[in-house]
Amino acid sequence: MGKYSDPRIIKESRREKMKKQMHLFGVHFKEGLSQIGCAVTKGNFKTRLSFLIMGFGNLFNGQIIKGLIYMFIEAAFIFFMVDFASGYLKDIGTLGTLAQGQVFDEEMGIYVNVTGQNSMLVLLFSVMSIFVIIAFVILYFSNIKSAYKVQVTKENGKKPNKFKQDVMELVNDKFHVTLLTLPMIGALIFTVLPLVFMILIAFTNFDKSHQPPGNLFTWVGLKNLKDIFYQDPVKSHTFTSLLGWTIVWAVVATVSNYILGMVLALMINKKGIKLKKLWRTIFVITIAVPQFVTLMLMSRMLSDLGPLNVVLQQLNLIDSPIPFLTNANWARISVLVVNVWVGIPYTMLITTGILMNIPEDMYEAAKIDGAGPFMAFAKITLPYMIFVTTPYLITQFIGNINNFNVIYLLTGGGPFSLDYYQAGKTDLLVTWLYKLTVTQQDYSLASSIGIIVFIISAVISLITFNLSASTRKEDQFQ
Amino acid sequence: MSNTNQSFIKSAKFRSVFSNTLIYVILGVMAVIWLLPIAWLLISSFRGEPGAFTVGYIIPKEYTIANYTRLFTDTDLFNFPRWYLNTFVVAIASCAVASLFVLMTSYALSRLRFRMRRPIMNTVLVLGMFPGFMSMIAVYHILKAIGLTQSLVALVLVYSGGAGLGYYIQKGFFDTIPRSLDEAAKIDGASQNTIFWKIILPLSKPIITYTVLMAFMAPWVDFIFVSVIMKDNYANYTIALGLFQMISRENVSKYFTQFCAGAVLIAVPITLLFIKMQKYYVEGVTGGAVKG
Repeated sequence: MGKYSDPRIIKESRREKMKKQMHLFGVHFKEGLSQIGCAVTKGNFKTRLSFLIMGFGNLFNGQIIKGLIYMFIEAAFIFFMVDFASGYLKDIGTLGTLAQGQVFDEEMGIYVNVTGQNSMLVLLFSVMSIFVIIAFVILYFSNIKSAYKVQVTKENGKKPNKFKQDVMELVNDKFHVTLLTLPMIGALIFTVLPLVFMILIAFTNFDKSHQPPGNLFTWVGLKNLKDIFYQDPVKSHTFTSLLGWTIVWAVVATVSNYILGMVLALMINKKGIKLKKLWRTIFVITIAVPQFVTLMLMSRMLSDLGPLNVVLQQLNLIDSPIPFLTNANWARISVLVVNVWVGIPYTMLITTGILMNIPEDMYEAAKIDGAGPFMAFAKITLPYMIFVTTPYLITQFIGNINNFNVIYLLTGGGPFSLDYYQAGKTDLLVTWLYKLTVTQQDYSLASSIGIIVFIISAVISLITFNLSASTRKEDQFQ
Repeated sequence: MSNTNQSFIKSAKFRSVFSNTLIYVILGVMAVIWLLPIAWLLISSFRGEPGAFTVGYIIPKEYTIANYTRLFTDTDLFNFPRWYLNTFVVAIASCAVASLFVLMTSYALSRLRFRMRRPIMNTVLVLGMFPGFMSMIAVYHILKAIGLTQSLVALVLVYSGGAGLGYYIQKGFFDTIPRSLDEAAKIDGASQNTIFWKIILPLSKPIITYTVLMAFMAPWVDFIFVSVIMKDNYANYTIALGLFQMISRENVSKYFTQFCAGAVLIAVPITLLFIKMQKYYVEGVTGGAVKG
C-alpha cells in the first residue's frame, strides 16, 4: 500500500504507463507496416502474388492447407461482397429510396405492388458487411505477413511450419486465440454490432412514422441531439427535467444505500451482539428473492388500496389513502425509500469484511480522545471505507443512473406528465429510453438518449477515477 | 443512593448494555420491515379469498393450497408447467455456453500475455458504459434476420452471446493463483491448453460454482429481453415473463394469489442458492474493490 504514498508519484506513473502503452502501440504498428513494406520490396514473385491471390505464397512454399484456407477465405469474401454486401452498401448513403407500396404501371394501366427497400435492413446489413470487411482486411494483411515469413524461412534454409505445427501453436503460444475467438464472436454479434447499429440510428429519423418497409427512414444528422438539447421545447424540457431527477436519484440512492448499509453492518458486527449469522441471513433473504417479485409486491403494497394504506387508516393515522405512487413528490420519495430497502443488504454484505479490517486501536485512540460513536464513524470509518471502496462506489453510481428495475416495476415512471414527452415524473433517462423503444417505437430519439447516458457515465467514471487516484491519502490508515 | 446510581449510569458496563439493547431494538424493527413484503408474499400465496387485495383487512380469513395446484392444472391461459420447463431448458443451455465463455475470456485476460490484451480490456470497459437496453431492439432485428425470433434458441443466444464481456469477477480470482504453478507445469512440458484444463480449472472450483450458478439464475429473473424477443408467443415464455403477465392490469384481480404462489416457487430455490453462494459473491465484488 505504501508504494503510492505521494499523490504526485501516482500521476507520474499513470502518465508514464499511458506513454508506454502509446509507444508500444506505435512500435507494433510500425512493425506491421515495415513487414508489409519488406514484403513489397524484398518479396519474391510468390510473395508478391499473395497481394492478389491470398495464400499463394503459402501454397507454393509447402504450406498447402494454410494456403488453401486463405484462398477459400478470399473466394468466400468476394462471393459475399458481390452476392450480398454490395446490394446493401450501395444504399447506405440514402438508406433506400423505394418504399414498399403500390406503383402505377403505365403500360398495364394498373397499380402493382412493389417490394421496395427496407431502410432498417439496409443499415443493419451494411454494418454487418463493414464488420466482415474489417475482418477480411485483417486476414488479408496476415496473409501477406505469413507469405513473407515463409519466404524468409525458406531463404534461411529452414523448413516452414507444417499445418499440424500451426495447429499445435493454438494450444500453446497462441492459446489466447483459441480461448478468445468464440467469446469475441459472440460479443461482436450480440453486443458490439447491435450497439454500433443503434448508435447510427441516433442520426436517422427512425420513429413511429418512419417504420420500414411501409415507410423509409434516412439520415438526419444531429437533428435528434439538437431536438433534445434545445430545438424541440417539449423534448428538451423532458430531457433536462429527467436528467436532473436522474442525477438527484443517483446521488441520493448511492449515498443513502452506502451509509445506511454500512451502519447496518456495523450494528450487526458490534461486539456483544448475538446471533450475527441470523441477522445477516434475514437481510440476505431479501436480496435472494428475485427483484421483480419483491418490487411488484411493493408496488401493490403501496397502492391506494394496498395493505400499508389499510393499516394506516385502521390505526386512524390518516383519513384518506396516501398517494405513495400516484403523486409526483410522494412517488419520488417512495422509490428512494424502497431503493434503500432493496440496496442496504447488498452494502451490508459487501462492506462487512472490509469493516473488520479497520484497525481496532484507531477506535480505541478515538475513544480516549473523547470521540463518540458518531464522531468515530465520520472521522474513521467513513474516510477509510470511501478510500477502500471507491471503485465499488463508482460502479454503484453508474448502476443507479441505469437503475431500471426499481423505477420501472414500482411506478412505471409514473405519475405520467403532460409536460413531458412520453415520460412520467419518476422516469429516469433509461426508463424513458425503454419506453421510447418498446411502446413508442421512437428509436432514433431513444438511441440519442442512450448515447448521452453513455457520455455521462464515461465522464463521471473518468473524473472520479482520476480524483480518487490523486487524492488518496493512504498514510492516514497505516 | 443517588450517588451510586449516577456512577452506575456512567459506568462502561451500563453504557454497553444500553447501546446493545438499542441496537437489538433497531435490528428487530428493521428485520420486521425487511421481511414484511416476503411474509405478505407467503401469506397471499396461501390466501383463500381471490382478488388483488383483501379490502379493509390484511390477514386472510381462509387459507388454501389451491393457488399452487391451480398453477399446474389450470393451464389454458397461463401454462405454468410449460414456462417452468422452458426456463429450465434455457437456463441449462445458456448456463453452459455463458460459463464457458466467461471462464475462457477471464482466463485469457488474466493469465496469458498477448499484444491485444490491454486494447480488449479497454474496449470492454467502454462497451459496458452503454445502457443495456439500447441494443435490445437491434438484437431483436438481428435474430429476425437469421429467422430465430420467438424461439428458445434465440433466448439462449441472447443470454450467453455477450457473456464473455462480464469477466471481471472471474479475472480477479484467476489473478490470485500464483504464477509459479504455470511455470512448473511448463517445465514439465505441459501445453497452455493442459495448464488451463488440468491445473488451473481444478483449482478454481469456487469461482466455477459462482459463474455457473449466476449464469443459471439469469433466465429465471429476466423479464425484459424475453418480452422483446417473445412478443406474444405465450408458449415460449419463461417463468419471469409469465408471472409478469399474471400481474398485468387485466389479470391482476383474478390471478394475484396464483402469481404469489408462482413467485414462491421460483424464489425458494434461488434464495437457497444465493444463501449458499453469498461468500463467493462478496469475494468477487470486494476482491476488485480492495485492490483498487
